[in-house]
Amino acid sequence: MVRRDGDKPLRVVSPKITLRQRVQAIWTYRELLGEMTRKELTVQYKNSILGFLWSMLNPAINLVVYFVVFQLILKNGIPRFAIYLMCGTLVWNFFSMGVSGACGSIVGNSPIIKKVSFPREIPALAQIGSALTQMGFQTIVLIVFLLAFRSGPAVAYLPLLIPALIAVILLATAIGILFAALNVKLRDVGYLLGIGLQVWFWGTPIVYTYAQIRDPIQFGHSPYLWLFILYRLNPVTPIVLTFQRAIYSVTSPIGTGGVPVHILPDHAGLWWYGWQLLAVIGFAGALLLFALSVFAKREGSFAEQL
Amino acid sequence: MATAIEVRSVSKHFRLYHEQFTSLKERMLHWGKVPYEDFWALRDIELEIEEGQTFGLLGHNGSGKSTLLKCTAGIVQPTSGEIMTRGRVAALLELGAGFQPAMSGRENIYLNASLLGMSRKYVDRRFDDIVAFAELEQFIDNQVKYYSSGMYIRLGFAVAVHMDPDILIVDEVLAVGDELFQRKCFDRVRQFQREGRTIVVVTHSPDLVRQVCDRAAVLDHGHLVGLGSPAEAVRSYREHLLRRQAYLDAGEMTEMLSLAQSEPSSGSPAQVEQRGPESADGNADAGPSAIAVKSDEDASVGASTAGTALDGNHPPATLTISYVHIEPAHSAGRHYVETGEPMQLVVGYRASAAYADVVPSVIVYDQKGTVLFSADTRLYPAEIEVPSGDGEFVFSFDSLPLLDGDYPLTVGVTSYDQYSVYDWQEQQHTLSVITRNGQTGLVSVPARISQRPPVASDAPVGPEPDPAAVDAQPASKTPIA
Repeated sequence: MVRRDGDKPLRVVSPKITLRQRVQAIWTYRELLGEMTRKELTVQYKNSILGFLWSMLNPAINLVVYFVVFQLILKNGIPRFAIYLMCGTLVWNFFSMGVSGACGSIVGNSPIIKKVSFPREIPALAQIGSALTQMGFQTIVLIVFLLAFRSGPAVAYLPLLIPALIAVILLATAIGILFAALNVKLRDVGYLLGIGLQVWFWGTPIVYTYAQIRDPIQFGHSPYLWLFILYRLNPVTPIVLTFQRAIYSVTSPIGTGGVPVHILPDHAGLWWYGWQLLAVIGFAGALLLFALSVFAKREGSFAEQL
Repeated sequence: MATAIEVRSVSKHFRLYHEQFTSLKERMLHWGKVPYEDFWALRDIELEIEEGQTFGLLGHNGSGKSTLLKCTAGIVQPTSGEIMTRGRVAALLELGAGFQPAMSGRENIYLNASLLGMSRKYVDRRFDDIVAFAELEQFIDNQVKYYSSGMYIRLGFAVAVHMDPDILIVDEVLAVGDELFQRKCFDRVRQFQREGRTIVVVTHSPDLVRQVCDRAAVLDHGHLVGLGSPAEAVRSYREHLLRRQAYLDAGEMTEMLSLAQSEPSSGSPAQVEQRGPESADGNADAGPSAIAVKSDEDASVGASTAGTALDGNHPPATLTISYVHIEPAHSAGRHYVETGEPMQLVVGYRASAAYADVVPSVIVYDQKGTVLFSADTRLYPAEIEVPSGDGEFVFSFDSLPLLDGDYPLTVGVTSYDQYSVYDWQEQQHTLSVITRNGQTGLVSVPARISQRPPVASDAPVGPEPDPAAVDAQPASKTPIA
């Protein structure tokens, strides 16, 4: 029996592989991406009674702690603070879980990296996928809260959630892939990333409001202007702001004493958010290309260094 | 035939760090002065493997064969050069790679299959076959962590062989499981061969190469040193192994020689006897089937110089086979042995120094390369010592059971632990056997064939009537006791 003699795929193993070929390879292995994402989600909480609920418990506890500290103790006076918090943590949880998961993905999957040939980006992408799934579940909880508080979203701003989601996925993927490659040779990278993410969290308006940073520096001339510019360079901020604008829906709600609480800039319209998101997408896209090229350069020696 | 795999001037370079600094602090401390050695695991390898071929990659540990395999499979990238593969590639470097202990056999099949590049739809269709092949029908929904190691490996292999590759790359993983399962795996490889798929096997077992390969390459220290038919490749492999051992063992030999400055032993094991140096010349031209090889070794390297042979420019001590001939017991001057005859196989050697603990061995194959029988002295506790000079080992066989044919013959001399190969002549000799009667097959097994008359169904069960014995042993030969 002679085997079918159709055109067989030609594969070239060489130190020089173009970006296009890499993306094509990832596309051919898309089913593996699905399987690995599924694996990440199931293996983690196998043999536990609460199972997947555990993945919700951690962010939930964080939420309760922030609520108690900021609302009850520090009396920040933000109305419907729980919903405000959830808008930011929804984005942040995905981002930090995706990035730190991807960072350890190559090292964590060393048995298969050493023995099986497949696009090495897949484990990192699977971590992003798993984080995205968990974000989906947290969204359900958020919707339940919205219904409980009888709080509706800002419908006009809802379409902005799509570019915001694209931006945060691109950003997490780019940083995740970059760190995944670097972490193979230097394990410090992983620890550094953990610390970096903590600082980054507090550098993003999630538990406090954007207005609390912005208002004191309102009319320029402030010696802190350059610090503010630095603060504004945080690419996660526009994404978080968009989520808050669309879901929390009000910019200056009336607080407990009948005084409006400034949360988001009142004058900012759709384009204010739109442009920022476009900038973040552009930056994240460029970073992703850079990350892929670094990854490509390192990838050949993964099997040796693990 | 199209080429399935093309290896174009592939080199792989490693830096061997004397210490791996994987943390930043260590890096900073040793900035720019991390000691390392350049190491070329592969050097300019050029290779073409045709479609439908079963190709063996032979080499000792550290020869670069596994690196070449990993490059071909795409697991490791070469430093320079490129490898082109035509068709779907499946690499079996480890069975069940990436199995998740906490997941069920079923889930793991899908995960492992997608890792090997199979689609979910494809696995759906073959799922029952895979489970049946692995013989795990009852346990398929259990978590893999409860599997025995045998079950684990069976599942891994079952997934791997069902993936329909054009090119299968195997790293000696065939030697797993119980005998029955091994049989199954082997059948599968044979089936792949019949179906015209390309198979690349990495091994250091010459037997495997002889049994399954069409062609083979030999790697030594990252260089391609041999390429050709399995027999040629095996020969070249043994030669390189020998050369390497001679070099490596130089240090050890000094020690060995100091122990070995003694008289030749007289207590030889039952089958293999050792003739003293004095009788060597008389037998040199006795058997016409003798093939004289490698006899021009410089004899001036005697035992007296052996102790100093290792420091500096002197060649290391050698023990070489100088000739092999077969002596049918009663009739010299023939080119063959008759079936059932006693046979003596004489291996002449030349030792440039005294050796302790020598094992001479003989292996007889059939035309396909399967080992038919072998004989060496490792079965006997007695040690054989070889004084410096010429001598002979004599392998005596009471009767030769082989039937008509030419049988390739390997003769070798190794150390008892087989760590050192002193000399090895892989299938360079032939044992010709002639059978006088018309027996067919490979071996002559004396048989008696008798007949029992049919027993009536209602007859009481009693002692069997004496069978009318027919002596099936051919008349021209007396049966062998």
